[in-house]
Amino acid sequence: MATQITMPQMGFDMTEGTIAAWLKKEGDVVNKGEPIAEIETDKTTIQVESFSSGVLRKIIAQVGQKVPVGEVIGIIADPDEQVEAPQPSASAVSPAQPSVPKVNGAAQPAAPAPAAAQPPAPPVVNEGRIIATPVARRLAEERGIDLRYVKGTGPEGRITKADVEAFVPPARLAPEPEPIGKPVGSPILKEPEPTPRPAPAVEPALQPAVVPAVAPATKQPLTRMRQTIATRMVASKQQVPHFYITVSVEMDAALALRAQINESLKPEGIKISVNDMVIRAVALALRRFPNMNASFTPEGLEQHDHVHVGSAVTVEGGLVTVTVRDTDTKTLKQISQEMTALVERARNNKMQPGDIGGQTFTISNLGMYDVENFIAIVNQPDAGILAVATATPTPVVRNGEVVVRTIMRMTLSGDHRVTDGAEGAQFINEVKRLLENPWSLVL
Amino acid sequence: MAEITYREALKRALREEMQRDPTVVIWGEDVVAYAGGGAYGVTSGLAKEFPGRVRDTPIAEEAIIGVGIGAAMGGLRPVCEIMTVNFTLVAWDQIVNHAAKQSHMFNGQIKVPMVIRTPNGHGRTAATHSQNFDAWFAHIPGLKVVAPATPYDAKGLLKTSIRDDDPVVFLEHLQLYGTRGEVPDEEYLIPIGVSDYKRRGKDLTIVTWGRMTMESLKAARILAEEGVDVEIVDLRTLRPLDLSLAFESVHKTNRAIVVEEGWRTAGLGAEIAASLQEQAFNDLDAPIARVAGLEVPMPYAKNLERATLPFAEDVVAAVRAMMQKQY
Repeated sequence: MATQITMPQMGFDMTEGTIAAWLKKEGDVVNKGEPIAEIETDKTTIQVESFSSGVLRKIIAQVGQKVPVGEVIGIIADPDEQVEAPQPSASAVSPAQPSVPKVNGAAQPAAPAPAAAQPPAPPVVNEGRIIATPVARRLAEERGIDLRYVKGTGPEGRITKADVEAFVPPARLAPEPEPIGKPVGSPILKEPEPTPRPAPAVEPALQPAVVPAVAPATKQPLTRMRQTIATRMVASKQQVPHFYITVSVEMDAALALRAQINESLKPEGIKISVNDMVIRAVALALRRFPNMNASFTPEGLEQHDHVHVGSAVTVEGGLVTVTVRDTDTKTLKQISQEMTALVERARNNKMQPGDIGGQTFTISNLGMYDVENFIAIVNQPDAGILAVATATPTPVVRNGEVVVRTIMRMTLSGDHRVTDGAEGAQFINEVKRLLENPWSLVL
Repeated sequence: MAEITYREALKRALREEMQRDPTVVIWGEDVVAYAGGGAYGVTSGLAKEFPGRVRDTPIAEEAIIGVGIGAAMGGLRPVCEIMTVNFTLVAWDQIVNHAAKQSHMFNGQIKVPMVIRTPNGHGRTAATHSQNFDAWFAHIPGLKVVAPATPYDAKGLLKTSIRDDDPVVFLEHLQLYGTRGEVPDEEYLIPIGVSDYKRRGKDLTIVTWGRMTMESLKAARILAEEGVDVEIVDLRTLRPLDLSLAFESVHKTNRAIVVEEGWRTAGLGAEIAASLQEQAFNDLDAPIARVAGLEVPMPYAKNLERATLPFAEDVVAAVRAMMQKQY
């Protein structure tokens, strides 16, 4: 039977996707589970896998074409089966007209294959109106889960809270929670250097009056990631009243312990980073300060049951936030392994649903760039973000003596709607305490 | 802390308030003469302790309430006892059209600081004497309606009711008079309009009051053995209705059952369920269920009376059904 390949919805806010590439040609044999096309969304590029085996009979959406979610992009069928391609919808913006087979005469558009009769993809378990309890809907929205993919176990197949909680998105097919990892602080990564100007104050008379001294500036078109970062950062700065608290952490003990741990983990090829230690410290501190693990909503402050610590990761053209879920329940070793895998996938554009977004607090670490201190923008809907700078040997006063210690500065940006300075100060000092007593991170 | 009966807790509240405030008086049928004080013994001994301030009245409920209203408007704080809630029916005009309205119709210049104490409920007393009018009184603007479940709440709320400047209908329960609970010796007050957690749990919220609070607690013990951890919100006051804890609880448990003794149709449970779905809609993982009394005039036969009323086993059954998604 012919199977329609439709534009998948990768996240609740995705309305359309662009065909980045077809990995198969018309007439190619495809096996179930084999990647057949690459889709570019606002936030990432993903591969579409085939839900059935057969022959790719029709490519309906061409490379570069924007297709609304749910529209058919291709058809897989048996080699000799007659297939009918649906007319692309008017909303599909198409640089290259897809080849539409004429079936019932020249002027007649092909009869659209009834979508309901032919489920486009096995993972879509709910067609039409979705029956779900209110709290299940709320939770799905929070986690960016598309309820069409969730099997309900309630009366008449009603989706309950437990169904959403138990839902594991099938790799690549299911929507990704919060697809683009809510990039944090474009300014923190890309605080532009003041553009050198052709010094107008000096020797103005020598400046040509009209003719520009240099070639006109070029405009780079905004990538989708750039657009998303811009939108989210502007929203955060407009909506979130930020406040900032900086502390200095003495990292000598943590670095010594890290060296010991890494020595013992050498055979396993695992290396704990300073950032892994910060992640662990933040997760433990969040458990003690549930209000820092919260979100502002107009209806009230929502304290999250889980501690999911996100970390901003630089990728080509911007950054994403990768999330270590249930961070507070994981050991340093687990965090390290997970972070290594997450960063690897993020940089290779191989992110899986669940890798990004859904965090309850975010860390932005620029330690590797030799920065003294910096300030990050709150990654909504988190209550705070911790900006971690470089650990540097620094003269400090201890017991009246000037001594050299490895100092790492951290700055908390807090959402003042959720929390206040006093709580923020106690929280960041708890993170500091944990890092300065690093055994508490492994016990 | 001493364990005393619900009946004794009420008496202590009356005694303390009469000692504290000479304007507090008690009027009602047999509050002096019958069995030493009151058909259910709540006022026993008080007539001797407070000569002239505890008076038996004729069997004329309309007059008891009417005189109480007048005395309250004139500066006393009468506690009028109506022997059973069933007899308030003949005084309904005085309660609804007079007690509840005076302050509002005269721009607050007149206050009616009276308490109408009366027991709801059953006890082999047949159709005309086994009723529960919680919802009736809770429907009336201008009244405050209190329905305590425990001796502790009964004492603290009765004292507050006596001091309140509005008419308070204080609904006791025939089946609760003999129940016991801890009550401190020192004085305390419980505000009107504040609900209370009677049990903390995480799986399901029971919203209830009065006798059904105690039945729900029994049910919770049975359910705990099955691994179901219910939270019980005791409303304590029926008007004004405080659902803040109910909302808070449902936010956590996502499931709610309203348990009431009275008839289901147009009962208070319907009001509570409606408010929950209005204000906690996004927290619900199941339709709100109701446990209520069967809608028949109360049969006299003991087995039929029992079949008519909700008990712990009915609460258990409703909770099981919800946890098993049988709705």
